[in-house]
Amino acid sequence: MKATTEFLSWLEYDIEGFVSRVTSQDVKRVLRKDSLTPEDFLCLLSPAAEGFLEEMAILSQKITAHHFGRAILLFAPLYIADYCQNQCVYCGFRAQNRFPRTKLSLEEIRKNGEVLSEKGFRHILLLTGDAPSITPVDFLEEVLSLLSPMFDSLAVEVYPLSEEEYLRLRRVGLDGLTIYQETYDREVYDEVHPAGPKKDYLWRLGTPERGALAGLRWITIGALYGLANPLHDAFWTGMHLLTLKKYYPSVEWGLSLPRMNPAEGDFVPTYHLSDKKFVQFLFAFRIFFPTAGITLSTRERPQMRDILLPLGVTKVSAESHTEVGGYAAQNHHIPQFEVADNRSVEEMIAVIRSKGFEPVFKDWVGVL
Amino acid sequence: MDSPLVIGGKEFSCRLFVGTGKLPSSSLIPEIVKSSGTQMITVALRRVNLSRPEENILSYIPEGVVVLPNTSGARNAEEAVRIARLAREAGCGNFVKIEIIHEMDYLMPDNEETIKATALLAKEGFVVLPYVMPDLIAAQKLVDAGAAAVMPLGSPIGSHRGLRTKDLIAMLIEKIDLPIIVDAGIGKPSHAAEAMEMGADAVLVNTAIATSVDPVAAARAFSLAVEAGRISYLCQKAQESLYAQASSPLSGLLS
Repeated sequence: MKATTEFLSWLEYDIEGFVSRVTSQDVKRVLRKDSLTPEDFLCLLSPAAEGFLEEMAILSQKITAHHFGRAILLFAPLYIADYCQNQCVYCGFRAQNRFPRTKLSLEEIRKNGEVLSEKGFRHILLLTGDAPSITPVDFLEEVLSLLSPMFDSLAVEVYPLSEEEYLRLRRVGLDGLTIYQETYDREVYDEVHPAGPKKDYLWRLGTPERGALAGLRWITIGALYGLANPLHDAFWTGMHLLTLKKYYPSVEWGLSLPRMNPAEGDFVPTYHLSDKKFVQFLFAFRIFFPTAGITLSTRERPQMRDILLPLGVTKVSAESHTEVGGYAAQNHHIPQFEVADNRSVEEMIAVIRSKGFEPVFKDWVGVL
Repeated sequence: MDSPLVIGGKEFSCRLFVGTGKLPSSSLIPEIVKSSGTQMITVALRRVNLSRPEENILSYIPEGVVVLPNTSGARNAEEAVRIARLAREAGCGNFVKIEIIHEMDYLMPDNEETIKATALLAKEGFVVLPYVMPDLIAAQKLVDAGAAAVMPLGSPIGSHRGLRTKDLIAMLIEKIDLPIIVDAGIGKPSHAAEAMEMGADAVLVNTAIATSVDPVAAARAFSLAVEAGRISYLCQKAQESLYAQASSPLSGLLS
């Protein structure tokens, strides 16, 4: 676990000390550089860069066009179960929230798959709550085997698995993984995960590396902004990605910047990542990681998604239902979080086209 | 008078080949073909979506234009071979550009795996165009493996840095008896002209056309630059042969 071990030393880095010394002159210099250091990245995340959003947007747009062209990949999330044994204090699926839990049958999953396929989706992200006893790897294996012939790319956003388990799923069609550390701040992590398997910070931290070792091709990481100091989480996300890229250069690495949304329950986020900072962070990530995929979630409202589409984003989910099996049946399951962008896939296609971009549904070959 | 470039039994009078992966819309392809006269278009098989007709890039490629599917996504020879076979099944014909990459920042090709894949696919009857780092020894091995052309990179994909590998490409042009098609890094028409002027047989441009504010006009500019570079190369060659003849005008008299 070379990358995970190497990353840990970044947790000792004096972020605040560095940021307190950064000036707008430093930001100007960084924006003219070809190749950036971790300190340059932190400079772009810092308050000193707040006055350079337009310059950062232009650079971000240019870099994205060079590496990804004018194309945006559309994918659909599919929630297959909302059972959860964790106590994440910020999440609608957490164990002590009392609501009828659901797990889709294979037949229901097939129906949801057919609906998504009919809508044109070729890339699917499968999600579950964190309940290995109810959605064990055997079940995930069956689900992937069922959906694999229907789609070109299948990714999971489920509880952290071992390398062997990812390998098992890879053999039945899994090629992507999304795993958020939630927060890299160890103290806050401990507070917001008071019990359950998720309490193990290091096990979660090593997840993307285990996925890479198992040969997964697309891996997306990130923090959930609002739990801890956003600047710290953004910097540590960057350093996590940097160390992972160093040891696993063949993976198509990606990141996402989910922000806290109202979920079931009464959690009030400690921090708020403002729209301005969110946009600044997104550009800083793009400028520091020119080749990383950046996913924009339906947590963001339409206006924000539309403005950001041409400025650094490479993937968006569309027509997201964050309640279990929300595609094939009208149901009243509790969603994991509130979707701010409810637009249909046809509407998203029209928006992407209007920005001068090609909506892409397929960017993979199933045989790999 | 120039003779057409021949690859895999097909004649190409236009020496600009065009990539499509980064275009804002596949519907621009017919206009790009018209404005540039290109006769070969590359497509990434990973992007070929037969299930959604309006997104099926193949349906936008005009009749008579050769489709060159690439193996983007392949990390080794075996994966490249699998993609090439799928491309043929999907109706892309028997041309294939081998692209084997497992470093996602600079997208450097793996020459060793590319040579292996070339040998396997050439045996299966494919017209193989391998994308490689310009390396004379690798290129000689590609000749033996049955490649139909060699596609050395000018600089990293999407970098627009031009011919940073110029001296290495010059060795291939001098020594390799296959068409040399400069691929990747061509950021502006003057880069394309430079490649043709030094004797490259063709140029492949993707990002610089696709991400231009006007891809149709950019394609035309590249096409003209390629033609200008070619004419300049031919003149230069004619000049040299004239010089060789004229260098001993008195030889008959003094013998």
